[in-house]
Amino acid sequence: MAFTFAAFCYMLALLLTAALIFFAIWHIIAFDELKTDYKNPIDQCNTLNPLVLPEYLIHVFFCIMFLCAAEWLTLGLNMPLLAYHVWRYMSRPVMSGPGLYDPTTIMNADILAYCQKEGWCKLAFYLLSFFYYLYGMIYVLVSS
Amino acid sequence: MSTTGYNSQNGAGGQPYANGPSQNPLLVPPSGAGYNIGTQPLYSNQMPAKAPLSTGPGPYNPGSYQMTPPVSSYQGPGQASLTRPPMGPVQPAPFRPAGPMAPQSQNSTPPPMPSAAPYAPQPTWPYGAPPVSVSSPPVPTMGNHVTPVPGPVPNRHSPSPYGAGHTPPLHHGASLPPGPVSLPASSATSSYTYQGSGPAPPPVNPVASHPFPPGRSPYGPPPTATGPPPGMVPPPGMRPTPPPTGPGVNASPLAPPAGKHKGAGQVPTPGEASQINSFDHLEMGTKGMVGPPPPQTGLAGRPTGQSYPSLPPGYANMVPSASPLQSPKPPYSPAHQPYQQPQANPAQLSPSLAALSLQSQSPETLRAVNLLQERNILPPGPVTPPTPCLPQDLQKLNCNPEVFRSTLANIPQTQSLLNKAKLPLGLLLHPFKDLSQLPVVTSSTIVRCRSCRTYINPFVSFLDQRRWKCNLCYRVNDVPEEFMYNPVSRSYGEPHKRPEVQNPTIEFIAPSEYMLRPPQPAVYLFVLDVSHNAVETGYLDVVCQSLLDNLSSLPGDTRMKIGFITFDSTIHFYNLQEGLSQPQMLIVSDIDDIFIPTPDSLLVNLNDCKELVQDLLKGLPQMFNKTMETQSALGPALQAAFKLLSPTGGRASIFQTQLPTLGVGALKSREDPNQRASLKDIQHLSPATDFYKKLALDCSGQQVAVDLFLLSGQYCDLASLGCISRYSAGSVYYYPSYHHQHNLAEVERFQKDLKRYLTRKIGFEAVMRIRCTKGLSIHTFHGNFFVRSTDLLSLPNVNPDAGFAVQMSIEENLMDLQAVSFQAALLYTSSKGERRIRVHTMCLPVVNSMADIFAGADVQAITGLLASMAVDRSVSASLSDARDALTNAAVDSLTAYRSSVLTIQQPGLLAPSCLRLFPLYILALLKQKAFRTGTSTRLDDRVFAMFQLKYQPLSYLVLMIHPALYRVDDLTDEGALNINERTVPQPKVLQLSVEKLNREGAFLMDAGSVMLLWMGRNCNPSFLSQVLGVPSYAAVPQNMNQLPELDTAESVRTRAFVGWLREQRPFFPVLHIVREESPLKAAFMQNMVEDRTESALSYYEYLLHLQQQTSK
Repeated sequence: MAFTFAAFCYMLALLLTAALIFFAIWHIIAFDELKTDYKNPIDQCNTLNPLVLPEYLIHVFFCIMFLCAAEWLTLGLNMPLLAYHVWRYMSRPVMSGPGLYDPTTIMNADILAYCQKEGWCKLAFYLLSFFYYLYGMIYVLVSS
Repeated sequence: MSTTGYNSQNGAGGQPYANGPSQNPLLVPPSGAGYNIGTQPLYSNQMPAKAPLSTGPGPYNPGSYQMTPPVSSYQGPGQASLTRPPMGPVQPAPFRPAGPMAPQSQNSTPPPMPSAAPYAPQPTWPYGAPPVSVSSPPVPTMGNHVTPVPGPVPNRHSPSPYGAGHTPPLHHGASLPPGPVSLPASSATSSYTYQGSGPAPPPVNPVASHPFPPGRSPYGPPPTATGPPPGMVPPPGMRPTPPPTGPGVNASPLAPPAGKHKGAGQVPTPGEASQINSFDHLEMGTKGMVGPPPPQTGLAGRPTGQSYPSLPPGYANMVPSASPLQSPKPPYSPAHQPYQQPQANPAQLSPSLAALSLQSQSPETLRAVNLLQERNILPPGPVTPPTPCLPQDLQKLNCNPEVFRSTLANIPQTQSLLNKAKLPLGLLLHPFKDLSQLPVVTSSTIVRCRSCRTYINPFVSFLDQRRWKCNLCYRVNDVPEEFMYNPVSRSYGEPHKRPEVQNPTIEFIAPSEYMLRPPQPAVYLFVLDVSHNAVETGYLDVVCQSLLDNLSSLPGDTRMKIGFITFDSTIHFYNLQEGLSQPQMLIVSDIDDIFIPTPDSLLVNLNDCKELVQDLLKGLPQMFNKTMETQSALGPALQAAFKLLSPTGGRASIFQTQLPTLGVGALKSREDPNQRASLKDIQHLSPATDFYKKLALDCSGQQVAVDLFLLSGQYCDLASLGCISRYSAGSVYYYPSYHHQHNLAEVERFQKDLKRYLTRKIGFEAVMRIRCTKGLSIHTFHGNFFVRSTDLLSLPNVNPDAGFAVQMSIEENLMDLQAVSFQAALLYTSSKGERRIRVHTMCLPVVNSMADIFAGADVQAITGLLASMAVDRSVSASLSDARDALTNAAVDSLTAYRSSVLTIQQPGLLAPSCLRLFPLYILALLKQKAFRTGTSTRLDDRVFAMFQLKYQPLSYLVLMIHPALYRVDDLTDEGALNINERTVPQPKVLQLSVEKLNREGAFLMDAGSVMLLWMGRNCNPSFLSQVLGVPSYAAVPQNMNQLPELDTAESVRTRAFVGWLREQRPFFPVLHIVREESPLKAAFMQNMVEDRTESALSYYEYLLHLQQQTSK
């Protein structure tokens, strides 16, 4: 049993995923507030937009870590989300600042529903990957 | 103290009705003022403020606002043709002799008028007191309403004279000051003013609502054998005969004969009033309400029908038959035949209602039409919206379809049913439309549902006298004490007779709870481009001249402020402070960090500084004559405007003539002229930068609206610039190739538009909320605004020419509902500084069969909504996607109709009769500037067309999509309308196909904002000389855009017709006379949507394509 780089990656990913779970929950709550009229879309977009890039960067960061640790399976599992993030950010509306959400279109029922669904899916993915990383960490620690 | 008053402002003799001394003569002027009457001198039906009650036969002729049955019902002698402005004042005249009570005395068969009533003035009371109340004078009961509270809330902030009217403490029977007659009953707590406010600008009469020309069959029965049974659509000749009245339970005996009258203005027909008591039905009709009718009103209430003796003919029309929901047969079944019979001369019907009564119902709307075989599918007159299959008493209370209509007049029960029908569900609104008669209510409490905040409306149900059930959320609410008193009949205990419950469109003067801050003054800021390019176009002269001319008619009160900014590469402010001898120009050249040089003297009170403003306007055009500055710093200028206006809110009007090149918001040309005609996808439909959008959102937050006037020859990136108006609820005007010498037609259009723009009504710091019955939800909004929450639109300014569309979805099944309601409430500050709420309510039935859904399909509304959706799609996806989606919409709905409604499968392309124009409209949309491909279209033109599709009200939109073509060289008086002693010929609407043209004729194409008069090469010489005043075809000038005023019958007729078309819309369509070789011929031909072009299918080919798709 040795503390390898891979084990380190898993531990780091575990912590970061916990953070991502919070991001996802934050998003879900925010969109729900929009839907139930509690918040002004401009304010809501202003709070959400700065969070988008950090979330993506965190994800990219541990994907790179896994790449370096040659954890191919884990990397493979994360690739679809990575690709989705890239696509999502490429197809964002014209904006001068960072972020994805445009207050003028966010109230459109389709877009709001999409964002909510996206939030739930990501939450599920992060939760699953959280347990997977836990398992992966222990497995790496035990097997090495 | 009681202050209850009622004013009918409409009708020439209208007079204030004052209840109690509280109402003083001052009360009247403000009501008009709110609508900036000043600007509309035409409007003579403003009532004389001081006319004593007794004199007026007038109150019974309130103009003609159809949505308010109770009110308009008093118009007895008056015309229902609301939408035709000139008629209002003039027509009632002939009936005057009938005496003030004419409507009531003549028409109401049942109980005689309550002349015995204690209220002396009653006879003149427009609402005619219901008989019940007559017997029991309300006065005693009301004693308990007296409250010590002085001065009603609403007046607090309003500078208007209303305040004066209400404040003096009163006692019963106190005698009134000079003005209105005082009435004994006066002790409600509420200060109540009920007034029809007439002063709206000349009412718009969108084409869709023309009354049918008399003597013409309403629904051009197709020539084919499949035509409707003769009984359904009487041939023209039959029209005049008194139609059978149908089962009409309470139908007034007088109703039918009304049908005989000819000519718009001539029919008194007050008798058409239905005798059906609307209240009764109201209570029973809705959603299985079980509540027993209020004790006193129960039976006695029934005869009250008479108190509304003369419904507007349009309504009366529908009365006779039994209510559809009650009848065992489906609503479109022949049971309804009776109301197809025209009962009144169509020309005098209020247009849209005439339509209602003529078209819908019956299998007619569902009759399968084989589009491949029927060539003549265009109705000879306007296309009319279908009537929802509601009980008639509800239907007659329903909102005017020009203001509020749904794509499906019958709402499907479930989303899956809706999906199966493949028709879009949505609403089209024109909420701030100029109305010729609008009831206005002042009351210290506005009755609303406690849980969903719905305003009380005609479709709520009263469980008993004290409780009402909300029609949106079904909560049972208490009726406030104050609401028990009816200021109209001045009786107590009849909450269901209050104007709020009788009018689907009503306006409240809001008390202070509806204000976040004191109502803002009217503030206007003009931001003018003065770069070299701008000076070249010469637009400054026109703007300054128009402003000078209209300075006194800008809507606003004494607090009105005005300011000017000009810009090129620097920003110029104008100090107009009182005391200066001449305007002082302040130049800010630091455009990267813009600041306001002297914050308090740039926006000045117009009244105080009028001379300075006039000086400035006179000098401005010359000031920059020699400028060599070609750069344009629009972005910084906008920021400056925002900073200047943000403390108060207001309106900024931007005049821009080129692409902004300096500072923030600078843009680059993105258009590749070689791609204009490409068949591939059009790029750059979305904004290049979000600067304008963000600024617009900031503006919206500070209640600033930005209107953009783009006058330019070259590409200006309207897609980016337009965002500034789009999200701040402004409007966009675009004058391509504007030049003061080379393009006179555009100059004229610009002048007329400016005049309308400057003088039209305006509402500040507005929000609009759309509520709908639980189970329905709003999906997407279309128009210019910012969506602040799921059902709330933020509109820094609202103007009468703005339309909105809303896509709806059905979230929960509506199984146990019979009807659903929609309510749009627009809260705004009028230019007089009053906070007002305009509420429109519409009620639609819920149906569960596909046939019913299709029977209620409103082809124009569907097209309008699809156009808006397609605009969104072309921006978010691509133009070709949007085009495909449009075609698919047609294919899918026709397939759905074929598979689930038609029982017998026939060959051909079958469409229900109500959707027979659908493929044509879709094809027209595909050939519209916004969506066409393959034809050279400038990007700005395209984007502008898209803007228009989204914010034009439906009636103008339809003309834009599918112009109307008339042959005008052989106009005759046959079937002509008679308006204001003018005879307006009514030529037939022709198909937009070259096959309809011929060289001997002259044809007028009315495309909404422009009219083209095309002359054949061998045009009838008499037409040339008698109408155009030229000896021969060759002598027709190249750039002719006016019809000379000749004194010949032909000229009079042609001008009357063109003038009549123009009157129907608030803007001014420029007329171009097009010769065969003139450059505008291309524009004319491009509108020939049924013909084949190099890149687009002809109508027949398109039908074949659809057929192929549907039969897959």
